[in-house]
Amino acid sequence: MSTAGSNVRTTPTGRARIALLQFPGSNCDVDCMDTMARHFGIAVTPVWHSATSLPPVDGVIIPGGFSFGDYLRSGALASHSPVMQAVREFAKMGGAIIGICNGFQILVETQLLPGALLQNVSRKFICQYSSLAVERGDSVYHRALDGMTLRMPIAHGEGRYFASNSDLERLTKDGRILFSYADATGLRTIAANPNGSARNIAGIVSENGRVMGLMPHPERATDLLMGGSADGLEVWRAFLASFT
Amino acid sequence: MNVDTTNLKRPTLINETGGKEFDALLRRHKISPDEYKTLRGIMGRAPTLAELGVFSAMWSEHCSYKSSRVHLKRFPTTGPNVVVGPGENAGVVRLSGKLCAAFKMESHNHPSYIEPYQGAATGVGGILRDVFCMGARPVANLNCLRFGEREHPRTSYLVPNVVKGIGDYGNCVGIPTVGGNVSFDASYNGNCLVNAMTVGLIHEDRIFKGYATGQGNLVVYVGAATGRDGVHGATMASGSFSSDASQERSTVQVGDPFMEKLLLEATLEVLEKNLVIGLQDMGAAGLTSSSFEMAGRAGNGLFIDLDRVPVRTKAMTAYELMLSESQERMLMVIEPSKWDTLRSVLERWQLAHAVIGSVTGTGRVEAVFGGQLEIDVPVAPLTDQAPVYKRPTSSSQTTDAKAAAEFDQRAAAIVNATPMAELIEKLLLDTGSKERIYEQYDQHIGSKTVFGPEHQGAAVQWIRSDVSAAEPHLGLAIATACNERYTALDARLGAAHAVAKCARMIAAAGGKPLAITDCLNFGNPEDPVVMGQFSDSVDGIGDACRELSIPVVSGNVSLYNETDGVSIAPTPMIGMVGRVDDVRCAVPAVTRSEGELFLLYPKTVRPTFGGSLVARLLTLRGGARSALPPAINWEAERESMAALATWTHSKFLTSARDVGAGGVAGAATKMVLGKHRGTTRLNLSNVEFGVCLAAEGSARYFSEFAGGYLLLAKPGKGAELLAAAAKLQFNALTQIGEIIGIGAELMIGEARMGLSWLERTSTDVMPFD
Repeated sequence: MSTAGSNVRTTPTGRARIALLQFPGSNCDVDCMDTMARHFGIAVTPVWHSATSLPPVDGVIIPGGFSFGDYLRSGALASHSPVMQAVREFAKMGGAIIGICNGFQILVETQLLPGALLQNVSRKFICQYSSLAVERGDSVYHRALDGMTLRMPIAHGEGRYFASNSDLERLTKDGRILFSYADATGLRTIAANPNGSARNIAGIVSENGRVMGLMPHPERATDLLMGGSADGLEVWRAFLASFT
Repeated sequence: MNVDTTNLKRPTLINETGGKEFDALLRRHKISPDEYKTLRGIMGRAPTLAELGVFSAMWSEHCSYKSSRVHLKRFPTTGPNVVVGPGENAGVVRLSGKLCAAFKMESHNHPSYIEPYQGAATGVGGILRDVFCMGARPVANLNCLRFGEREHPRTSYLVPNVVKGIGDYGNCVGIPTVGGNVSFDASYNGNCLVNAMTVGLIHEDRIFKGYATGQGNLVVYVGAATGRDGVHGATMASGSFSSDASQERSTVQVGDPFMEKLLLEATLEVLEKNLVIGLQDMGAAGLTSSSFEMAGRAGNGLFIDLDRVPVRTKAMTAYELMLSESQERMLMVIEPSKWDTLRSVLERWQLAHAVIGSVTGTGRVEAVFGGQLEIDVPVAPLTDQAPVYKRPTSSSQTTDAKAAAEFDQRAAAIVNATPMAELIEKLLLDTGSKERIYEQYDQHIGSKTVFGPEHQGAAVQWIRSDVSAAEPHLGLAIATACNERYTALDARLGAAHAVAKCARMIAAAGGKPLAITDCLNFGNPEDPVVMGQFSDSVDGIGDACRELSIPVVSGNVSLYNETDGVSIAPTPMIGMVGRVDDVRCAVPAVTRSEGELFLLYPKTVRPTFGGSLVARLLTLRGGARSALPPAINWEAERESMAALATWTHSKFLTSARDVGAGGVAGAATKMVLGKHRGTTRLNLSNVEFGVCLAAEGSARYFSEFAGGYLLLAKPGKGAELLAAAAKLQFNALTQIGEIIGIGAELMIGEARMGLSWLERTSTDVMPFD
């Protein structure tokens, strides 16, 4: 698996331009920026939550953490930040967005993605490596990741994906489930579901297939040296590939 | 700000002629009649109630180290890599060029026993602030926990709540928890230990210390508003418990990790931008200790207007404002011209802030409240004349070699009569997998963790700092240890073992030890036996540090760990930091491939059952007078550590682990219970243990000795390893087995055990759901 930046697809303007949202309590921001810089040679532009507009960018990262201390509900207060209005408009224009962990929770609270992320069934924070099966779907991310089983860390207390039965049916039918918790061979088993997520869901995409939300941390699986998996780079490649 | 206090009225002074009431007041403040005399001499008058509170907190055991200070002086604290030694918020040691590690371990035992969730959480918060208020960015948390027996009714309440408290706090602030240790022993039934350690990275030229310099400069309060929580926590932590500790609950602080994260980012930003002159965490004894310490270091005075302190509850008194231990607060000293810029940073991070005073030339801390001069105390005498006790000690060690030999013989006979599988099962049930604990800690945030808790040895982090750009694969190795079974038998040798164990863990991972922090947990210092244990432990740490050239750079003392008159086993917990030249060459303490298995051990090895895990598991109680922990051969230790540094780097090895509790069987069993499957064959019959009662028959698998390592050579590299080891003068290397890729079994001598059975036995050993 190559970790060089040379094979990265970039926008017609050259290097990809990426904004990363920062809320008080964001704590995976540095890891995302480090991944982009080290593996793809991209200097990410941090955008503070109070900003009312985004700089001209090709993609937006909403990193993990405990935005606003996760008071009220995870991601709830962040979803009302001024910057999220700009993110909504960016999404409407078909912009590529990735929300990781707390970023996924924020996307759900903002209703850019359906469903909710509830407290883990164990009622405990869980940090472990999980294997993720890539589901069938038509989005640019599905196409880039087709057939893969990826190993990445999860670290969350509230990651149990929940949606109404009709929403779950629609997500499945429309091919909008991106990642499911699976065993090492890619089988979706009850034992592989770490938090009680409906249908083992670990990540989904928006209706237009451009907004991705996932609980696992691709920014923490970028070097074999750390945890023995660089599979997260595949997710980042898919994200960058969606810019063109 | 008008700082002229000459015409201000004082509130009522305490009534010294109050007889019983006065005596009770002093007792409540844990100030002895002699200490009061000193106070009286410093003040030249009776104190106000708030002033009495200030003396009580500053002279508490927790803040003043009054019982321990005379002993702590004996630590070796210097060395070529020491940048900041003991006495500051954290110690600092050089890693590479200008890149340094700032680190410290601190106890939060008493609060955690009273209210485990908040007690443990605020313990993590406090140690994080100690590190980042020096300007270091925290990169790793570790925690060392001691609980009572699993069957004790309070244990199943304490463990899950302590773990959740640690996890919730560290996870939210976003610092990975990468290691630590935990054990269960009757000695802690009435007094659990929660020791938290933080390691941060810092540039040598940007180390910040808390000085209140520059008369006329402003004193700024930053962070959470002040409430009544933790009023007099430092004094509480300086006394013993009765078993009805719930009455003390109101003295436990409440933590807010989100506020801590904001405070962390804001603090590092204002330091980076040179906006402050001095800065200190409001930790134990809150506003009192931070103001007195900052003024004291600079030889200045401080004027504080308590009416300006942000409060979260009404009608607080000056006494409460000065002594509250509300969490997540900082005191900063700034030049007036920087105020606007500082304020904009603090507002960006949504932190409460207020100018509450200024630096003066009076040499006194003066605090006004409601128009009255509530506190007017000279700074220097309060510190200089703080009580120091040379408490009586009685030697903790009167060992009888003959009795120790008899104990070994008795133990060996019982071990030899017990089936191997039964011993292994007992061992795993006691020291099995800690996954149920560490899976609740974020171990990977920060993307530096090469080896975390699941790798069971020293934690290894890949630093990737701009400051050490010339060494792109530079790593940090961190280990913690204390074997309370050894210290209970021999405090001096046991404490030396704790240091040596950390150094072995770091050496096994492929690192070089640099410096230690210590967290000295002991019982009641007024008991000469306990004070003897303390003194001996200090000497034991000193012995090991001198032998291995590892200085002590920071530490913490926690005394009065006793409940209803029963003191804990001496627990001098050690945290060690080392450097790894190239993290790509570091190896874990669990197996991850097949290969040949070797035992590296001192030629003078003499295994024993004194303080051994198996002796406890078989309830062979060897009292302090009848058994001995293993001796340490320092020449052999130094040689094996140096050798390991070359072997891991030359890529002979895929795993390495020091042999500790449970002997070779204990180390091997836990080493193979990783993710890797395969069959391990292990046989010690070729190992030269000399003439030794504790190494006859299968006893040799469980008896314990110092300086041993299990090494897993890469397939085909065994011969090279043996050739390299042939040059060793004080150590021997013997192949004791192999790991092959087929099957899933552990075979020790004649015994065969399935890995799935071992794994099932090893999991679910934590006393909570």
